[in-house]
Amino acid sequence: MVDFKHLDTGGIVLTNVETVPGRQIQHVYGLVQGSTIRAKHVGRDLMAGLKNIFGGELKGYTELLQESRNQATVRMLDQARELGANAVVNVRFTTSSVAQGASEILAYGTAVTLA
Amino acid sequence: MELIIFLILLALGYGFGKWAESRHYSRIHRREGETARQPALTMEKVPHARPVAEVWVAQGSAVIAVDYYKKFLSSIRMFFGGEMHSYASLIDRARREALLRMKESATEADLFLNTRLETACIVGRSGKMVGSIEVLAYATAIRYEAGAQTAA
Repeated sequence: MVDFKHLDTGGIVLTNVETVPGRQIQHVYGLVQGSTIRAKHVGRDLMAGLKNIFGGELKGYTELLQESRNQATVRMLDQARELGANAVVNVRFTTSSVAQGASEILAYGTAVTLA
Repeated sequence: MELIIFLILLALGYGFGKWAESRHYSRIHRREGETARQPALTMEKVPHARPVAEVWVAQGSAVIAVDYYKKFLSSIRMFFGGEMHSYASLIDRARREALLRMKESATEADLFLNTRLETACIVGRSGKMVGSIEVLAYATAIRYEAGAQTAA
């Protein structure tokens, strides 16, 4: 099953609200982002074809997209670390289908330092 | 011959789709009861005046395929127009499943702030109409300091 446990952020706090509850923001660096474009392999597409008759969850796709999302988040975290930030607030995730069989996952947020 | 294949696919889609849907809904109802103590809120502020111990982003997602029967119903619907009930239940299931996965991945959280639900359409290589739908749920998980009382 897909693991949704929070990934190792290396001490950087992530939130999708404008503050970090219980903490004060000291300095704002600006936008950080990470993205990845993934293609599904043919085997997974075949399975999806079958599932399109019977219906149900496409576990392979759920996993693939979640892996990509983690990858995008890690890239965003790397940018934040380079700036010297210790938190990223107001994180957003978007998924878009850029071509048939490929999707882009983007994670972005505002890098800040907490007091 | 083609008509027979079509009818078989339709019957398979209807049968398995119905069966999977009722099983899924009973699972969803049970799990929603189990996670009821962790509310998912859409506001950005912590509603209680309690010290916060930990903050992180929790997420859950699900990709659900449309079955053949629903696809057939929708193609009729697309001709006449109107509300597509057959897809509504499908997206509802995906959304609730994603939300439940988010909550289950963060069992230590007391509540979730600024919960976002996003729906994206995943097009297969063949590029036929609606392939499958991804729903992502994410939020800021909050864990309060243990033992502190609610001073509302």
